Amino acid sequence: MDQITSVLILALPLCMFLLLGVFGNKMSHKMAGILGTLGMGVTLILAYSTAFTYFFSGSELFIDAAGNRLQSVVFDHTWLAFTDNLVIKLGFLLDPISAMMLVVITTISFMVHLYSLGYMHGETGFQRYYAFLSLFSFSMLGLVVATNIFQMYIFWELVGASSYLLIGFYYTKPSAVSASKKAFIVTRFADLGFLVGILILSFYTNTFDFVSMTSNPQNVLASTGGAMFMGGSVLTWALVLIFMGGMGKSAMMPLHIWLPDAMEGPTPVSALIHAATMVVAGVFLVARMFPVYLMEVTALEIVTWVGALTALYAAIVACTQVDIKRVLAFSTISQIAFMMVALGVARDTIHEGVGYMASMFHLFTHAMFKALLFLGAGALIHAVHSNDYTSMGGLRKYMPITHITFLIGCLAIAGIPPFAGFFSKDEILVAAFENSPLWGIWMTAVAGLTAFYMFRLYYRIFWWNEPDYEHHGHVPHDAPWTMTLPLIILAAVSCVAGFIPFGELVSWNREAYHIHLNIPVAATSVIVAVCAIALATVMYRKENSLPDKVANSVKGLWTAAYNRFYFDELYLFITHKIIFNLVSRPIAWFDRHIIDGSMDMFATLAHKASGAIKGLQSGNIQSYVLIYLMGALLIGVVTVVCVVIL
Amino acid sequence: MFENILIYFVVIPVLMLGGLALCKNIKQIRAVAVVGSLALVGLSIALLLGYLEQRAAGATAEMLYVDSWTWFAPLNINLAVGVDGISVAMLILSAIILLTGSFASWKIDPLPKEFFLWLILLSIGVFGFFITIDLFTMFMFYEVALIPMYLLIGVWGSGNKNYSAMKLTLMLMGGSAFLMLGLIGIHYHSAPEGQPLTWNLLEIAQNNAIDRNWQYFLFPMTFVGFGVLGAMFPFHTWSPDGHASAPTAVSMLHAGVLMKLGGYGCFRVAIYLMPEAANELAWIFLILTGISVVYGAFSACVQTDLKYINAYSSVSHCGLVLFAILMLNTTAMTGAIMQMLSHGLMTALFFALIGMIYGRTHTRDIRMMGGLMKIMPFLAVCYVIAGMASLGLPGLSGFVAEMTIFVGSFQHTDMFHRVFTIVACCSIVITAVYILRVVGKLLLGPVQDKHHLELTDATWWERLSTITLIVSVAAIGCFPNFFAELIKFTFSENIFKVLGMN
Repeated sequence: MDQITSVLILALPLCMFLLLGVFGNKMSHKMAGILGTLGMGVTLILAYSTAFTYFFSGSELFIDAAGNRLQSVVFDHTWLAFTDNLVIKLGFLLDPISAMMLVVITTISFMVHLYSLGYMHGETGFQRYYAFLSLFSFSMLGLVVATNIFQMYIFWELVGASSYLLIGFYYTKPSAVSASKKAFIVTRFADLGFLVGILILSFYTNTFDFVSMTSNPQNVLASTGGAMFMGGSVLTWALVLIFMGGMGKSAMMPLHIWLPDAMEGPTPVSALIHAATMVVAGVFLVARMFPVYLMEVTALEIVTWVGALTALYAAIVACTQVDIKRVLAFSTISQIAFMMVALGVARDTIHEGVGYMASMFHLFTHAMFKALLFLGAGALIHAVHSNDYTSMGGLRKYMPITHITFLIGCLAIAGIPPFAGFFSKDEILVAAFENSPLWGIWMTAVAGLTAFYMFRLYYRIFWWNEPDYEHHGHVPHDAPWTMTLPLIILAAVSCVAGFIPFGELVSWNREAYHIHLNIPVAATSVIVAVCAIALATVMYRKENSLPDKVANSVKGLWTAAYNRFYFDELYLFITHKIIFNLVSRPIAWFDRHIIDGSMDMFATLAHKASGAIKGLQSGNIQSYVLIYLMGALLIGVVTVVCVVIL
Repeated sequence: MFENILIYFVVIPVLMLGGLALCKNIKQIRAVAVVGSLALVGLSIALLLGYLEQRAAGATAEMLYVDSWTWFAPLNINLAVGVDGISVAMLILSAIILLTGSFASWKIDPLPKEFFLWLILLSIGVFGFFITIDLFTMFMFYEVALIPMYLLIGVWGSGNKNYSAMKLTLMLMGGSAFLMLGLIGIHYHSAPEGQPLTWNLLEIAQNNAIDRNWQYFLFPMTFVGFGVLGAMFPFHTWSPDGHASAPTAVSMLHAGVLMKLGGYGCFRVAIYLMPEAANELAWIFLILTGISVVYGAFSACVQTDLKYINAYSSVSHCGLVLFAILMLNTTAMTGAIMQMLSHGLMTALFFALIGMIYGRTHTRDIRMMGGLMKIMPFLAVCYVIAGMASLGLPGLSGFVAEMTIFVGSFQHTDMFHRVFTIVACCSIVITAVYILRVVGKLLLGPVQDKHHLELTDATWWERLSTITLIVSVAAIGCFPNFFAELIKFTFSENIFKVLGMN
């Protein structure tokens, strides 16, 4: 791969950001939108050609004689040298997962650019919107091609900032402002863990470089010299802390609370950032460091537990939400947790580390169908001007294209063959079963819940009971072509992506690997999914009172799930009551009254002391003489007494 | 004397004073201020290029452009000058902030002539401080920089200005008293028995004759003396009140440059001359500065006055400077100097913007304002950028400085340093909290006060001022290695030789 192409992949979106950011206000909306979309289009072509060259050119730079793919550093420039070895470089690492991510990011980003031409039409701040989209694309691309962990951290932060800017795009809306703030602070907190993890890891390994860490993970382990800290090896601590960063970005419990609120941003942004790309950064991070994680199975077990709990939690909550974007948000959390579990259960000793491949495969397919679902949701919201499914229903007649594509998305996420999600989810379940039946059964159950809540959503939007649209003076209809075209493309990809021989391209040790369906696992998961869909059909196809009855029969659980198990209240309590009222305010008070008070006290004392003795300097000769005489007398008496005593 | 480029850093401001005396109206005053400070910026860039050229040509001396002119022979006091990478960086910083500060005081009222007079006098102190390597002269310039502050705040300030001006001056003078004691003590131990005493930094370091027991006494004296100006806990309370009352340009210069005098002095005098004591006593000050970092950030979270928020944020960021200096290794110290640059620029930017916003809304209370993004988009975007720099967004200066500090601090293996490093790292989260709180309340959301709708956006001089600062912040953030290398060369073996490390 030549350097120029790879530099351009990063430089183009950055230039677009600067151009639109600085001169956007002088441009028309149309101009800004077309510029941004064109820029992304060119980036897309470059990224595709890069990925194609990497996977299929057969050049010895990218594949060795035995058929193993290689990691290729296209360029790597020193950016900041801390010491001779600890150097932050900005580079471009090409390997199977980064090539795959290039494809995912540019595809979804381009679709969103195109879609937004219609969706954001006439919005104030249109240019700003495209500038931020470009900034995000730049940051995300920089993140996935990072050659060292500090470069990843840099772009990780930039991704967080662009997410902040985009969530808060409607900045006059207080809810959007607080959602963006929440997203930034929660992920910042997680990044603190990431940073400390990097510091620990780099202290022992004396390098930030991914290639040197992952090609010799034994050295990483050896470099710590078996040091322990609070009952765990320091490597475990470092890896868990790094994973904490991933938990923040990938919205793993208990750091997931920002993602549902992030839906305050424009819907295409949710599709790009909060469904397909940024939120999988945590998965990508663990995958990037995977050989090192294999050195400490404890860390992987923690990844599994966090993933499995999150998957279940988010799936349960998704069954109760009424805001369609929130349902999709919780479904995203749950699906990313699937990927985490897949990484967590993967072992080099079991089935050639199938979990790793499955995780990346699911990341790929999920990006496609989840972006599809979000963009579909955008079209729906655009048509009925509401996020709640209660104001939807029967829309299949009015919006046929949206309906069909949304259905394909639902089938894909539910894991029905031959749609994409079936194949990738099947591999995850295989990996889970091979690690332990517990995880296999657990994740199959969550997969069943997935099918249920997605079809609940589908039926509530497109079937159920039709509200009186005419009454609202506005009959919903399909969106313009800029919006439907991306839907159709993504739907087509969701239909066929499952047939990609993914194992041939991506595996943990970059050896080609043949995927084959595990019939018992696949059959079980399909049966479970079909049953769940059937149940959803019974409950939600036509308006009836069954859902209410079910909800009432498990009222406590339902209310708790509806309120997202009170995580937000817990955080509010911690931040407002504890951090603000029990830490910040007392500190501020202490500063003003104790510290500053003592300074003032010195001043007052000096003032008082001067007041006390200034009477002596009265300027009155008689009193001076009196004092003089009394002093002289005193000295005389003292002298006499001393002489007498001695 | 005049063939040494350094002396012009004092000569130009003196000429500016002369020019100012001849001015008849505000236009001429502005012209003098702008031309003079532009000349200083040009001079500092010329110095940078010359310095780099000499280094590239293989100059390995600790300080370049070294010169000395006798001032008072009986006490061996000289005007000795010389610069290394750190002083060069500081001189550039000071020149940029003086320039932008002049733009920010475009409409100063009343008594513009007198205002600029004191401002330029202050800058003589600052520039003089950074070029001298003679302890006595250094102290003199230090005082020259401090005293005008009293009048600048007392006359042109706002709010409770008399109280603030008095408090700031007295507290800093208190620090000076310690410092004076420390410097004289150093002078009397500056040379081995039988050799003439000296005030010259390089010679003192060369002699390395300060007795260890004396170091234990003199190090805290000088460190606290300079530390007061560096806003070290618990001697920082002049900062919130002082900044809140000071006029815009004075806040900018004070937080942007004067507080750097503290950090610079701590390094140049306390640690450079007394490394053994620094090594032994660092833990005490690490605790204090570690507290500063987190304490300042937490305090900033609940303030409602923009200037108080920024003042407490400065306590936190300057705390990090002293914290890193005390880590006594090349990486952390490089980070400390970068943090000084970074903090100087972004805090000047903050104070400039706060001044501009205050000039329009006539309030600094964030509860009274809201939605300014709609009304004054340029200023609001600049504020967001400043905030992002402050909370450490990569690509702006805060990130590189903080990361260098953390990586450097983490090189210590013992639990004490580790714990305090992680505590300091926590400040990045708290910083995000208070920055986003302000941005959310002040700039975003619906417009709070209907009267604000009539306000206008930035004027050309305001734009010039803020854009210059933003470009500087971004330059450090995008090309950090240039600055890191410039600074790093300075950490000559002297300190590390004594400590037997690195």
